[in-house]
Amino acid sequence: MEKQINIRLFKDTLFKGLVCLFAFASALPLFLILYYITKNGIAVINWDFLFNLPRPIGESGGGIGSAIVGTIMLIILSGVISIPFGIATGIYLSEQKKGKLSSIVRLCVIVLQGTPSIVIGIIAYIWVVLPLKTFSAMSGGIALSIMMLPVIIKTTEETLKLIPYHLKEASLALGVPYYKTMLKVILPAGLSGIVTGILLSIARITGETAPLLFTAFGNQFMNLNILKPIDSLPYRIFYYAMSPYPEWHTFAWGASFILVVFTLVFNLIARGISAKWKTQF
Amino acid sequence: MMSNCKSPAGIDRSEKRFTWILTASGAFIVVLLIAIFFTLFITALPAIKKFGLTFLISKSWNATAESFGSLPFLVGTLLTSFLALIIAIPFSISISMFLGEYCKEGAISNFLRSAIEVLAGIPSVIYGLWGIFLLVPLVRSLEMQLGIVPYGVGILTSSLILAIMVIPFSASLGREVISLVPGDLKEAAYSLGATRFEVMKNIVIPYARSGIIAGILLAFGRAIGETMAVTMLIGNSSFLPTSIFSPANTMASVIANQFSEATGIVASSLIYIALVLFLVTTIVNIIGNYVIHKISIEASKEVT
Repeated sequence: MEKQINIRLFKDTLFKGLVCLFAFASALPLFLILYYITKNGIAVINWDFLFNLPRPIGESGGGIGSAIVGTIMLIILSGVISIPFGIATGIYLSEQKKGKLSSIVRLCVIVLQGTPSIVIGIIAYIWVVLPLKTFSAMSGGIALSIMMLPVIIKTTEETLKLIPYHLKEASLALGVPYYKTMLKVILPAGLSGIVTGILLSIARITGETAPLLFTAFGNQFMNLNILKPIDSLPYRIFYYAMSPYPEWHTFAWGASFILVVFTLVFNLIARGISAKWKTQF
Repeated sequence: MMSNCKSPAGIDRSEKRFTWILTASGAFIVVLLIAIFFTLFITALPAIKKFGLTFLISKSWNATAESFGSLPFLVGTLLTSFLALIIAIPFSISISMFLGEYCKEGAISNFLRSAIEVLAGIPSVIYGLWGIFLLVPLVRSLEMQLGIVPYGVGILTSSLILAIMVIPFSASLGREVISLVPGDLKEAAYSLGATRFEVMKNIVIPYARSGIIAGILLAFGRAIGETMAVTMLIGNSSFLPTSIFSPANTMASVIANQFSEATGIVASSLIYIALVLFLVTTIVNIIGNYVIHKISIEASKEVT
């Protein structure tokens, strides 16, 4: 009897040990990645690296200035396209809790969220690059905005659902028309949640490379024209990482460092906003 | 009285316009998805007409002979994804149990939770870069020890990186369903003298099973669509893989590698692959979310 109990207790401790071991082992890659990025990346970062254009191999120096500008342009472009659509669809879904169309829309949002990024890249290629006959920042922005949409829609819907009904009733009782109630009462009340969603979606697309391979394409020169190919940080990392030159590999690490800082900053701001101005009632 | 107000007709018109805009943007998402499907279908039509469904089981990918089959890529995708899941499952279930049962709150669990969240946010191209410089040499030295051609890149390397990438997705869902297990069930088992391990094995895991499976399904959907990290680590080979060490291509990576130079029937075949990929991920996602939906309905029933 005593022995039986001891075996069971031993099994229990063993299992607990295994769970802890596996759980913490899975955090290990994160620290390895961050360690590698900092170790290899921070050494190449200086003003020259941040603001100069890439140079051809053989010439030392050069930087990722055009890639940083390109990434910022792509974020703005895709934001301009997807934010209005995303918020409007989010309001629609939060208002139409039941109904045939809204449940179909909800399903489509889920499917769109799971669609592989490379497929979206091909779609943007067929829709924008083929008719215009050139790779362009525009097509990259469209591809990325399709990837942003589901995140914005989901967070807008979830946030607006949390806003209590009496807020809406109070406004309607004062004779405020429905659309003004939505725009001036409900939407501002859920603003922090919506902004969080937008920032999270930006963090998601900042590192996307696959949709840019056949759309924004990459460009060694500074370009501010949205109808011309444009460079971006993830594309530059990919390009440098696949090259055979050790110097370019260190550049890839440097660019990765900047990219991780970008995404982490967006994530942190998003979390800060949702913690500080949490929609509470 | 009415003179300094907007006339009811004016309000009515704005009202209608507002509802119309909302409905239209909702409908736009549906149209977008249908348009994606038909665009892929129409541009893939030359390849669909030429190869039909044998495209899926033919193993030659030969540009000069103009004969294309996607079997090597299907096999490559399934092998990498399954291998990644097998590697990832013990880890993600451990995380879900640790955060959902053993250590629900406190500094340690907060630390682990944020670490997993950050892991989910790291761009895939950085995983690829890291894999090139850490995993490829590791796998290469393993292959040398085993006496196989030391490519370094290949299915095993890609699966390892995919496993790391999908752990956060199945873990977060698993944690939620495990913390949803009703306390009285667990307490009943404890009061009968069960150890924590026995409660886990006989109560928590069976109760949370469908949620854990949904998490694994969603992770699978992500693994088959993952592009950049795999493209950088799989070795870009269009032949049927012979072992888990051989270089291969997944459906996503063959598109990333070859689409920019492809024209005519090659491009059309690649889009055919994209169409298959799109349909598979769509089905996997719909099933996964259906399971989640069912769980949340059951959970809300239990509360009331």
